Amino acid sequence: MKMAGGAQSRRIDLGPWAFVAPALLWTLAFFVVPFLVMVVVSLWERVGTKLVASWTFANYLKFFERGHFFEAMINSLEVTAIVTLLSILLAYPFAWIIAEKVPQRWQRIALVLAILPFWTSYVVRSYSWLLVLANNGVVNQALLGIGLVDEPLDLANSRTATVIGFVHFFVMLLTLTIYANLVQLSPNYRKAAADLGAGPFRIFWHVILPLTLPGIMVGAFLTFVLCIGDYITPQVLGGNNELLMPQVIMLQIGRRADFPTASALAILLMIVVTVAYLGFARWIRLERA
Amino acid sequence: MRKTWPMVLSILYASAIYCFIFLPVAVLVLFSFQDGRFPIPPLKGLSLRWYEAVWNDSRLVEALVNSVTVAVGSSLVAVLLGFLSAYGLARFALPAKGLQRALLTAPLTVSYLIIGMGLLITFNTLGVPKSLLAAGIGHVVINLPLCFAIIYSQMSDHQANIERAARDLGAAEWQVVTLITAPMLWPALFASFFLSMTFSWDEFIISFLLTRFDVTLPVEIWSLLRSGLNPKTNAVGSVVFAISIVLVFLLELVVLRNRRRS
Repeated sequence: MKMAGGAQSRRIDLGPWAFVAPALLWTLAFFVVPFLVMVVVSLWERVGTKLVASWTFANYLKFFERGHFFEAMINSLEVTAIVTLLSILLAYPFAWIIAEKVPQRWQRIALVLAILPFWTSYVVRSYSWLLVLANNGVVNQALLGIGLVDEPLDLANSRTATVIGFVHFFVMLLTLTIYANLVQLSPNYRKAAADLGAGPFRIFWHVILPLTLPGIMVGAFLTFVLCIGDYITPQVLGGNNELLMPQVIMLQIGRRADFPTASALAILLMIVVTVAYLGFARWIRLERA
Repeated sequence: MRKTWPMVLSILYASAIYCFIFLPVAVLVLFSFQDGRFPIPPLKGLSLRWYEAVWNDSRLVEALVNSVTVAVGSSLVAVLLGFLSAYGLARFALPAKGLQRALLTAPLTVSYLIIGMGLLITFNTLGVPKSLLAAGIGHVVINLPLCFAIIYSQMSDHQANIERAARDLGAAEWQVVTLITAPMLWPALFASFFLSMTFSWDEFIISFLLTRFDVTLPVEIWSLLRSGLNPKTNAVGSVVFAISIVLVFLLELVVLRNRRRS
């Protein structure tokens, strides 16, 4: 038998390592090392167009000194918070309707339909919202047509457009996580609460909602992480009035090839995400139980 | 009456959300057939000329071929590495297993932007030029954790017994892996391959950072966006959507069949 304990029977048993080593080495070489390189480079200086090895926190201090870096982080946090909240509020009733009101055999189809546009290309999806929200786009023409507005609204190229583009994506994601949580609940909880005299509202508020908190939180965390790190949606839909963190980071890379500043900003963004993870951690279990 | 109102409200609400979800896709596809220069109302008539324009745009077709190559290549590598590591960790006594699992799944917790930046800066420092290969390496980094997690979760004791029987009957280790384990895990391998394909196919930021002359389709579409609203972008977007749907459908088919069997 070559399972546990088999290792002693040979002199050097490299066998098992041969299976694990390629994946481990790949992850080390192309994930861990690049990340460490980024940390080191964030402490370097850029003099002219050259990078000079030094050990300075100047790049991190820039974040607090230069108004627009700090502002971008505040913008990112605001947009992410609005998007997460709106997506939960829209997705919860939707997931609940699919889980409770749709006949069981149709639920799967209802769900597959609900996440179908999830599989369109991410870049194309943002572009599609540009089409929809443009000055002479579908929404404005419809509003003009029914006489709700006299002039087209400036919907595209604004924070509103960014938020709509994000919410569209994350409503689909949250519907999935909340639905998965709702269908796991045993109907006995509800029956017990009803037997004890609770009305529908109290049953929802004191029984169903707390029991679906894990589903909400897992979805909210994914929304937070993916939203705050996304470059495409704000870049396509957000216009030039305000920038979010990923846009500022990409500006450092693209236009100025300033890797030290870009690295420092990216690491600061990662720290924010890590803090958020710690906040969400009690509801999230990535490992198999 | 008391029972109908919640139902009516539910139907209204669900319809509204479905409309919201499908609105951009419907507009995208509808105006890809626009017989005019702008993909906005009114619809002047239906024509396939923008699809023809996509087909005749050699850069777009090249990018599409590049995307498929990178997606297939990186997914094959990711599944292979994921499978081998899952087998190794599930079947053998190795030190620090928890740490190894944590390392293999760690890239899941880091945003694509940071993974791409790390590779860009590292390759740049080493003097490695930007290329499709570099983007493919990045795609393996993001997909390997998924492949590992999916395949690892499907490794059961039942299969271990069959593998043991094969060894007792004289099979060498490589024969056990290729003739016993891999065929038994085939649905998991297939699912992780197609999931990797869809992620690689749609991935933008890593490819954007790591490619220059030969680019993938999302990067080429990105440069099309600079020309503003254009029915050609609608057409290529619709093509990408159709391909993704086919991939998801294949995945669904295999996962469904597998579920029914078990």
